Amino acid sequence: MTRRILSRLANPQLLALVGVLLINWLLFPNFFRITWQDGRLFGSLIDVLNRGAPVAILAIGMVGVIATKGVDLSVGAVMAMAGAVAATLVVAGYPAPVAVAAALAVGLACGLWNGFLVAVLDIQPIVATLVLMVAGRGIAQLITEGFIVTFTDPVLIFIGTGSFLGFPMAAVIALALLVLVTLLVRKTALGLFIEAVGVNRAAASLAGIRSRMLLLYVYGLSGVCAAIAGIIVAGDIRGADANNAGLWLELDAILAVVIGGTSLLGGRFSVPLAVLGALIIQAMNTGILVSGFPPEFNLIVKAALIFLVLIIQSPLASRIMPTRMPVRETSK
Amino acid sequence: MPDEQYALEARGIVKIFGNHVALDAVDFGLRAGEVHALLGENGAGKSTLIKILTGAYQPDGGQVLADGAPIHLDNPQQAQTHGIGTVYQEVNLLPNRSVAENLFLGHQPTRFGLVDRRKMERESRGILRRYGLEIDPSSELGAYSVAVQQIVAIARAVELSGKVLILDEPTASLDRNEVERLFEIIRDLKARGLAVVFITHFLDQVFAVADRVTILRNGKLIETRALDAMSRTDVVRLMLGKDVAFSGATGVEDARPMGDVLLDYSQYGRKRSVHPFNLTIHKGEVIGVAGLLGSGRTEMARIMFGADAADEGEVSIAGTRTTIARPTDAIRHGFGFCPEDRKAEGIFGDLSVRENIIIALQGKLGWFSALNRDEQMEIAGRFGESMDIRAASLDMPIKLLSGGNQQKVILSRWLATDPAFLILDEPTRGIDVGAHAEIVRTINRLRDEGLALVVISSELDEVVAYSTRIVVMRDREMVAELNGENINPGVIVQAIANHRDEELA
Amino acid sequence: MSRSLRPLVATAVIFAIAYALAVMQFPSMFSTRVLGNFLTDNAFLGITAVGMTFVIISGGIDLSVGAVIGFTGVLVAVLIAWAGWHPLAAFALSLAVAASFGAGMGLAVHYLQVPAFIVTLAGMFLARGGASVITQDSVPVNHEFYDWISDLIIRLPGGGRLSFIGLLMVAVFIVGALVAHRTRFGSYVYALGGNPVSASLMGVPVARTTIGVYMVSSTLAALAGIVFSLYTSAGYPLAAVGVELDAISAVVIGGTLLTGGYGFVLGTFIGVMLLGLVQTYIIFDGSLSSWWTKIVIGALLFLFIVLQRLIFAASAQGEKAS
Repeated sequence: MTRRILSRLANPQLLALVGVLLINWLLFPNFFRITWQDGRLFGSLIDVLNRGAPVAILAIGMVGVIATKGVDLSVGAVMAMAGAVAATLVVAGYPAPVAVAAALAVGLACGLWNGFLVAVLDIQPIVATLVLMVAGRGIAQLITEGFIVTFTDPVLIFIGTGSFLGFPMAAVIALALLVLVTLLVRKTALGLFIEAVGVNRAAASLAGIRSRMLLLYVYGLSGVCAAIAGIIVAGDIRGADANNAGLWLELDAILAVVIGGTSLLGGRFSVPLAVLGALIIQAMNTGILVSGFPPEFNLIVKAALIFLVLIIQSPLASRIMPTRMPVRETSK
Repeated sequence: MPDEQYALEARGIVKIFGNHVALDAVDFGLRAGEVHALLGENGAGKSTLIKILTGAYQPDGGQVLADGAPIHLDNPQQAQTHGIGTVYQEVNLLPNRSVAENLFLGHQPTRFGLVDRRKMERESRGILRRYGLEIDPSSELGAYSVAVQQIVAIARAVELSGKVLILDEPTASLDRNEVERLFEIIRDLKARGLAVVFITHFLDQVFAVADRVTILRNGKLIETRALDAMSRTDVVRLMLGKDVAFSGATGVEDARPMGDVLLDYSQYGRKRSVHPFNLTIHKGEVIGVAGLLGSGRTEMARIMFGADAADEGEVSIAGTRTTIARPTDAIRHGFGFCPEDRKAEGIFGDLSVRENIIIALQGKLGWFSALNRDEQMEIAGRFGESMDIRAASLDMPIKLLSGGNQQKVILSRWLATDPAFLILDEPTRGIDVGAHAEIVRTINRLRDEGLALVVISSELDEVVAYSTRIVVMRDREMVAELNGENINPGVIVQAIANHRDEELA
Repeated sequence: MSRSLRPLVATAVIFAIAYALAVMQFPSMFSTRVLGNFLTDNAFLGITAVGMTFVIISGGIDLSVGAVIGFTGVLVAVLIAWAGWHPLAAFALSLAVAASFGAGMGLAVHYLQVPAFIVTLAGMFLARGGASVITQDSVPVNHEFYDWISDLIIRLPGGGRLSFIGLLMVAVFIVGALVAHRTRFGSYVYALGGNPVSASLMGVPVARTTIGVYMVSSTLAALAGIVFSLYTSAGYPLAAVGVELDAISAVVIGGTLLTGGYGFVLGTFIGVMLLGLVQTYIIFDGSLSSWWTKIVIGALLFLFIVLQRLIFAASAQGEKAS
């Protein structure tokens, strides 16, 4: 039993995360120092969890989409819209729960819109979600009327910056979502159906799986996750910045999913590994920051990482190396 | 050395895939100015032979000769330079480009480095006229019917190659007039001295246009003969490997007491796919479907299951009228369907054997009553044992299994849903002997347990052995229903080969 | 009318109507000055969009163009201002760098057999990161050659001016149209976007064409970066963020099918002009805010995607069924 757990822990993503953390430690010896202050934890590791949470949350939504052979380019713009809605509503005097519910509803609506284009109109996912990627930010600015809407609502600020049992709220929300979505896809048959549709949509249809509904749900979930990330980011800066909230985060989320071993061609997926992918990206970010490199350096490292993963996953590599890297986790 | 010179010849061609011999010392000779039909059921080795003649595959033994000289073909372009052009069933042209560009792509005339479009279109018009096409060469190819596109593809192949033309099922999606038009062109090319290889599943067409015929079966050359000395029945017999004289004695079981009527399809059909048919299916009976490839047998199976929606006729289940517009409707009524193309429509390659077995049952249960791992293992293990599925582990991806084991998995997938009616499309094609026997045994067992089955198969012996009734398909139409004494391979071959005179235009 | 022409005609009609309406409201929009500025202000976007047209017709997408513009701007500025190179030498080097960068992406798309968007996404990170590693600040360029270029204008009656960069964009469009519609390379690009399997069976050099397409796109993005540098007289690593989305939008609105195989370089020109018109209108109006640009572009994008879906769906179905 322990051996089985150990062998499951020895997956490439976890090893990569450990490797990145060790490099960070070499570059910045205080990296693993964690202190307790004012009832919460501080330190670079905690920072990785906190800063990595929004991308992790996006990746939780994105991984299902990619497993169906799709992609959702609109999540960054949806984040901006959700943040704008929440901020504008609390500033207008609505209670925070209403604002949060409205933001989530906007995210769901955006996701269902994408799902409608993909599942019903049969438009290629990258094309379908491009529409909201372009227009979404404009809509967010329309909601905020071009300003950065700042607020003082304690609930929203708590969502973005608070702590729970010493851990940053954002990380706690991400963890809760991870557990929830993992249970949702693995304790129901949803995960199996998503993988079936991603592996072979024709066979799935003959086996009696309604792939249209499934796609609607998957894109809907991605939209909701984006909205949650948008609320967190808005709470963090105590305002909604329609221009910059979630900018390029869709690409980080896709990268996290790919690092997590889910193929862009659909099929097998793992929610926890996608979250691990997000943490790897953030650990690199934080490492570069704390060790004094310019933050833009991170972009180059990320590019190198994409190429590395693509080469490992490519058919070319599997031809050269007879035994394929175990990049795909089998579901439990 | 024979005194006749072949334009293109294959001598002793051997092709091996893994441990499967796809072609076993096959000889094939093609004369200039003849139309040579190449016949055989799926898996006979036709397409492998064609791919060797066009340079897509390299043979493991034997050689290819052009005008008596050995040639080496590494790729289709090289075949083209030796004068060998190919037209495939699915038009391999670019519907998004103009007709002229499709004729000239890669060889466009240029002036000052730019494509001389006027010259290209002028020459195109001349070429098209030779093929009886009066169409605007600057218009988009996709705007024309498949027949016109097919002729353009022939024109391109002939203009670029000019000696040998290989037509790989060019008529599969053409109507009768279009076929006739294509034949005129083929006869014309023959008169110009081209050597034409013609592959089709329609016997009428073979007799209408071909001079000689080569028949392959299971990778072996069966016969090359002039057609005027042969009857349709001869050809079908050679293709299916059945000797009518000896097969009449095949044991026919006594008519068993029929079960209750389960299903009744009445005037059920789909335009451009299957002509309306009537079929009543009882519990505890196996209906065999015989017919050559392309006869509409798969199309019939698909509309019975709702994979394609029928657009005419009605169906009733146990006397109650109902609609089967999609697979979920069929599955709700206890249907199951093993498709012909196992890889494209049957298996989920990356998913485990276990998941492949339980997926239809899970689909029926819905998301929320998910089978847990233990239940899945129990079900998969039960069928793994009863169907004798040879897999190292039920958790391994199904794509690593042999074809026969994959087929058993798909059959198990439906048995797990406790079905009342199963449609099996070529369940025994391309699988090993052991799996074959297991599947035939299962079909018999299910019939005895009271299930209704429709089984499509090209293996006549097998169909005869387990069927209580046999329907014969030809030209997208149900043309005969055989039972009792009539169930024997000879009668079936006769029914498949028969043609009605009025069909000959 | 050929169905591939229909979206193009729709764009042209929409542009004509929109421009007429705008002129009715603001008669001064119908002047050589506004038209001249149209060309100058959209020059870098237009040049980028020509390259993007090739990529999209071939069935791919290039997300790196904005970053390549930024990188080129920085490279050129640094070479001139810090290293003392002559601008022409700096231009030549940056075009060569971009061409090899594009070739690298094309190689990856073809040989790794992965979706183009993820490869060019890595390219985007690489180019942005590279630019930021060189410098993180805006580097001003003061060179007499720049002054000379910006004085190269043709004055039009009515106070309008045709700038060098505006004319350069027009030239790029003309050359691009010739290459796309009148060369074998152009026909290979369409063939690839139409059906890569057929294309390869018909003898199209698939690898070479794919690499060529991404080289064209990166090189034109670098040319756009040079134009941007002439336009702003500076190089900034975060310049032209999001231009890839504008370029993709202009291409699609100009009647090119996002899934490849159909499209017109000159259609992209109308697409760019339509985007420019939206922006100019919003500036003229004064009360409308700039974000309406994005919303209108998104709406147009949606309109054209659905339009193309409707025009091409029926025939695509027919091809499959037959």
